[in-house]
Amino acid sequence: MTCPPLPALGPAPPGADLRDHLPALEPDRTVSDWGRSERLESLVDRTLYGFLYHYWFRCEVEGIEHVPAAGGALLVANHGGALPPDASMIAKAIREEHPRPRPLHFTIEHWFKTYPLLGAFVTKLGGVPAHPANVQRLLTDEGQLVLVFPEGAKGTEKLYKDRYKLRRFGRGGFVEAALRAEVPLVPVALVGAEEAMPTFAQLGLLRRLTGLIYVPLAPLPYLPPKFRLRFLAPVATDRLGAAAADDKGLVQEVADEIRARIQDALVDMLAQRRSAWV
Amino acid sequence: MGRRVLITGLSSFWGGRLAQALERDPDVEVIVGVSPEDPTCELGRTEYVRVGTHHALLRRIVDAAAIDTVLDTRLVVDSAQASRRAAHEANVIGTMNILAACSGPDSPVRKVVVKSSAHYYGCEPDDPAYFDETMRRPHPPRTPIERDIVEAERAVRAFAERSPKVSVCVLRFVDGLGPDLVTSHARLLGLPAVPGILGFDPRYQFVGEDDIVGALEFAARRDLPGTFNAAGDGVLVLSEIASLLGKPFAPVLPPLGTGLAAVAARRLGIALPAEMLAQLRFGRAVDNRRLKAAGYHFRTTSRETVLAFAEHLRVRGIAPRAGTGYQYEREVEEFLRRSPAVRRGSGAA
Repeated sequence: MTCPPLPALGPAPPGADLRDHLPALEPDRTVSDWGRSERLESLVDRTLYGFLYHYWFRCEVEGIEHVPAAGGALLVANHGGALPPDASMIAKAIREEHPRPRPLHFTIEHWFKTYPLLGAFVTKLGGVPAHPANVQRLLTDEGQLVLVFPEGAKGTEKLYKDRYKLRRFGRGGFVEAALRAEVPLVPVALVGAEEAMPTFAQLGLLRRLTGLIYVPLAPLPYLPPKFRLRFLAPVATDRLGAAAADDKGLVQEVADEIRARIQDALVDMLAQRRSAWV
Repeated sequence: MGRRVLITGLSSFWGGRLAQALERDPDVEVIVGVSPEDPTCELGRTEYVRVGTHHALLRRIVDAAAIDTVLDTRLVVDSAQASRRAAHEANVIGTMNILAACSGPDSPVRKVVVKSSAHYYGCEPDDPAYFDETMRRPHPPRTPIERDIVEAERAVRAFAERSPKVSVCVLRFVDGLGPDLVTSHARLLGLPAVPGILGFDPRYQFVGEDDIVGALEFAARRDLPGTFNAAGDGVLVLSEIASLLGKPFAPVLPPLGTGLAAVAARRLGIALPAEMLAQLRFGRAVDNRRLKAAGYHFRTTSRETVLAFAEHLRVRGIAPRAGTGYQYEREVEEFLRRSPAVRRGSGAA
């Protein structure tokens, strides 16, 4: 049975600002409305993330001041490595280096929700399914920080020989979301993740047998490259106005510009680093 | 002149409590309740007619009593409560009949309120974290109850378009929870441990009993055309619900072959209907802000609803249940309403 589009039922309620009607905080709760668990997050943060951040990847952060201290902002980063540790390290960098540490929500693909344990775990750590409405609500209504990887799985399934070559930036949906929410876009360039778990080959047969999205031939656990994170100057999309989100040409232009900026920063950072490991 | 109200599904929790609430309102002049079964709660001035959803009979009642407001509370939203065929009959055919009884150029009806369910949206992995009223479900319905609800709402929409004079309001309720509500979820949370599917911790919202009645009453009183989600504030996860209830969270259902496990559980007396399995896997939440913006104030949040339910579970079997022991006796009710021997106007009425 198919579901044809249904006509709207009566006029919508008067255009009141729905932001005034967000649920109040309930201080006794340790789980957010998005399913994020404060307790699990702080446990993982103190143990695994702390270890990876300080000792294993020895993260080096530049430009943390480009992350706004209040209000919504969309962080856009490159994606790489078979099981990328980049989202957690960016979140940790904000928590460690930022003068006003803020929680970061990162978007995950829908199939995460179908994988037992993994999906629940990632949600508890701040993952939010990459639905435009979710990004919209987080940015506009709740004024939160959201991290997106516009390359998506195309970034993580690429082979080691293609490292740091940015893939296509989706269809520009993330730019649309930021424009509509009138929040700044902060590009983030991250060097090191591609060496942490390089993919040497994709095992197509195993992928088909297991039904996973991809089965990479990659070392486990993480190798210890040095991570370098650079937060770039925000792209002032907040001044273009919400109507700009409907201009597909402008959206693609902004997406391409952000992609170019991240690519340039990656090339610059790679040129400066003497070794991937120290 | 006061309002003249018809409530369908008077024997259900929703219909009965709504009638009780409207009886307290002096602006409501006449309350007529219909349902195929006898009422289950004590009613004062509500007139009860034992009738199903036959449209010709309903139309005669509507016309004869000059009903201006129809409150349809009869939708079956839990497939454990009725057989598939009975649910389809009530939800799809019943809704069609009730709408047919309210249509026509000379119909006195000016307002229809339909109780629907958040099952309208379904539960899928690519759902938004909050459904708002304008969103369509990303996939066609998978379970019979969802299919029925989608079809019933489609009939309501078609009716709203055909009858511009009638103000139509659809309220999509999330799962209700409370001492007097018998639902599959209430039974599930009443078990010694809260079962779940291994590896999943779904997001859940609940609406309290008072808010179910309150939102329906609000919609009945105000001119509120359109569709509105009704859910308590806040979204919980299942493990959090278990800890609020003071029970262990037991993810005992396997992530693969959950349907088979549900069949086995049914043998053990634990009903896990198909639409609930989808909820236990992917969870669902709706955006309740439009109803709040329209002026309704939810009395309890999802968390408070679960806490109140936990209190009820602790004294279940000890404290007497409100409203039990009530037995509808037609002759007694007729006597109380019609006999000149009964003194009216002082409290009892």
